[in-house]
Amino acid sequence: MIELVSISKIFNSGKPNQFTAVNNVSLNIEPQQITILKGPSGSGKTSLLTMIGCMARPTSGRIFLQGVAAALPYQQDGGEAIEITSLPERFLNDIRRATFGFIFQQFNLIKGISVLENVMLPAYPTGERRVDFRARAEELLELFNIGRHAGKRVDDLSGGELQRVAIARALINNPSIIIADEPTAHLDSKLSHEFMEIVARLKGEGRTILIASHDPIVYDAPLIDRLVEMRDGAVVEEGSTQ
Amino acid sequence: MNRSLERHLNILEFTLSSLSRRKAKNLSLLTIYLLVVFILASLVFFVTALKREAGIILQDAPDIVVQRLVAGRQDLVPASYAGEIGAIRGVTAVRPRLWGYYYDGLIGANYTVMASDEATASSDRATIGSGIAKARNLAVGDLLPLITYQKAPLMLEISTILPAGSDLMAADLIVVAPGDFRTLFNFPVGQATDLAISVRNPKEIGTIAAKIVELFPESRPVLKNEILRTYQSLFDWRGGMTIVILASALLSFIIFAWDKATGLSAEERREIGILKSIGWETGDVLLLKFWEGIVISLTAFLLGVILAYGHVFFLSAPIFTQALKGWSIIYPRFQLIPVVDALQLSVLFFLTVVPYTTATVVPCWRAATTDPDAAMRS
Amino acid sequence: MRRSLQFLLFTAFSLALCALLSLHARSVRAAADAELKGQVARLKNLQLTDLCLTTEARYTRHPALADRHAAYQDHPLALEHFPSGSLIMPSPHLRDAQ
Repeated sequence: MIELVSISKIFNSGKPNQFTAVNNVSLNIEPQQITILKGPSGSGKTSLLTMIGCMARPTSGRIFLQGVAAALPYQQDGGEAIEITSLPERFLNDIRRATFGFIFQQFNLIKGISVLENVMLPAYPTGERRVDFRARAEELLELFNIGRHAGKRVDDLSGGELQRVAIARALINNPSIIIADEPTAHLDSKLSHEFMEIVARLKGEGRTILIASHDPIVYDAPLIDRLVEMRDGAVVEEGSTQ
Repeated sequence: MNRSLERHLNILEFTLSSLSRRKAKNLSLLTIYLLVVFILASLVFFVTALKREAGIILQDAPDIVVQRLVAGRQDLVPASYAGEIGAIRGVTAVRPRLWGYYYDGLIGANYTVMASDEATASSDRATIGSGIAKARNLAVGDLLPLITYQKAPLMLEISTILPAGSDLMAADLIVVAPGDFRTLFNFPVGQATDLAISVRNPKEIGTIAAKIVELFPESRPVLKNEILRTYQSLFDWRGGMTIVILASALLSFIIFAWDKATGLSAEERREIGILKSIGWETGDVLLLKFWEGIVISLTAFLLGVILAYGHVFFLSAPIFTQALKGWSIIYPRFQLIPVVDALQLSVLFFLTVVPYTTATVVPCWRAATTDPDAAMRS
Repeated sequence: MRRSLQFLLFTAFSLALCALLSLHARSVRAAADAELKGQVARLKNLQLTDLCLTTEARYTRHPALADRHAAYQDHPLALEHFPSGSLIMPSPHLRDAQ
C-alpha cells in the first residue's frame, strides 16, 4: 500500500515563475488494485506519479510504502511502512528498481538496439546474472506475443507492438507496482482495449497498477477499482467503482 | 563482488552494443586514435633504441678530438702538435687521424675514408663497409677503383667486408693504409685531419682540453661526453624530427578529442534520460560512458603499441628511416636492438587514454545527473 | 559468447601480446648486444665518433664534429639543402657555445 500525506510539489520556488504542480494531496493507494488518476493535462497527475515512483522528491509531505516486496537490507520484516521521502538517493534508487515498473507516454525505447535488449536494459545495473534476466525477457516477449520480434530493432515495429515492448520492459525486474503515464495516448481504440486487457492480467498476477489518463477507454473501463480525479494539483473527487 | 562484476559486464555489454550502432563513426575514431598512438609509440621505440645503440657504439670514441680552425673553418692539423699535446700531464696517447670524405660519381654516394694505422694495413688493399659492398656489388677479392685528386686511378683490392651488423657504425666506411690515403687525397705529409687524444683520468678531460686551447688557440677540442650528448639530444623530444612528428600527432589528437568533448548530441542526451528513467543511476550512466572511452582508447593504445613494435623492430621503421636517409645512397639497415621503455610508454598511455576517456565522460555529467522524472515529461 | 566477454578476452590477449613482445625484446637484446659489442671491438682502433645515419651530406654524416653552418654555407639564414639536415640539429656543444 502507498500512503501519501500532504504531498506538495512546487517548481521554481521563490522565483517569479513559481508553479505549484501538486497541492497538498493526501491519498492511499490500495495494493493489488487498479487505480486511475483522471484529469486534464496540467492537473498534476504526472508529478504525482513521479513522486510515488521514487523518481522525484516532493517539496513537502511524506510518502510511505508498505509491504515493499524487495530484499532490502534495511527492511525489518516486510510489514513495516518505509518512508521513502527521507531516504538517501541510493536507497531510493534501489527501491525504485525493485518495486516499480514504468510505462511512459512516449514509450521511451532506445532506437537502434534490439527489442530484447531494450527489455533487458533495466536489469543491467542490478548485478543480476545475464542468463537469468535474458530468460525472463524472452519469456515476457512470448507472453505478449512479440517473441518473434526479439532480435529486431525497435525502429521496425508498429505502435501496438511498441506498447507491448514497453510493458515487457516495465516487468523485467518483476515489480509489484506498475505505473503508467497516459499509456493509450498514441494508440487507437482497439489497441487501447488490448492494453486494458493486459492490465487486467497484471492485476490478476497480484500487482498494483497506477495509471494516469484522460482517455475514457481507460477510466471508464469496468475492471478498474478506483478513480481519483485531479484538477489544478489537487484531488477533486474520489470514487470507487466497486 | 559477483554482483559488481555482473554489473560491469552488463554495462560493458551495452557500451559495446551502443558503439556498434554507429559502427562507421566509431571505427574511424578508433583508426585515427590508433594511428596517433602508432606514430608516437614508433617514435618512442625508434629513438630509445637508437640512443642506446649510440651509447654502446661510441664508448670507444676518443676522449678528446682536436680540430683546427682557420678563419672559422675547419682546416688540417699539423701532426707536430701531437708532441706538445702529448707532453701535457694526464695525456696517455695522441694519435693523428687521417680521414675524410670521398665522392663516388658513379653512384652518387659519399664514402667515409679512414686510414688505419695498424701494422697489418697493407697498400692497395681496403676494408669496406657492407653498404658500399651492396651499392657497388663488391665481394672480397674484387677491385674498387677510386680516382685520386691527381686524376689517376687508385685500385684497391677488397680484403674484408665488414659484416652487416656493423652498418650503424660503418656502412659507408673504407679503411685503407695511410700511404694510400695520402695518395688518394694528395694529402700533405705532416698533416692530419684531427688528433685523437686519450686521457688517463676521465675527470681531467675538461682541464686538459682547456690546456690544449691555451697551447693552440686556433684549436677546437671536442670532448667525448659532447660527442655522446650529440646523440642523446639528436633524438630528444625537443629536437628536429621528433618535434615535428610529435607536434603533428598531438595536434591531430587534440582536435579530435576536442570534437568529442564539445557537448552531447540531442540523441545522446535523450538516451541518457531514458536510461535514468528506467532505473539506471547516475553512477551507472557514468560507468557506461567510462567504458565507452576505455573501449576505444585502450584498444587503440594496445594495438598501436603492438603495431609500433612490429614497425620499428621487425620492419626497421620504414616511415622514419625514409626521412632520415634523405638522399643518401648508402645507409644502414636500421635493424635496431629492441628496447622497451616502460616509463615513456606509461606517459604515452596517460597522455592518450586519460584525456580521451575524460573527454567522453565529462560532457555527460550534466545529463547523467539530471533527475529521472525529466524523462517522464518529454 | 557475450560481446563483453569477447572484448575482455581480446584486451587480455593484446596485453599478453604486449608482455610477450617485451619479453622478446629482453631475450633478443642480450645476444644482440654481445654481437654489437663484438663489432665495436673490431673497429676499436678507428675510434669512430659518429653513427652512420645519413650519408647524403658530409655535415650530417658526422654531426658531432661538424660546424654550425649548413652545406654550401651561402647564408646564415639559408634554408636547409638536404632533407636530413632539417632533422639533425647542430650538436649541443656547438649550440651552447660561449
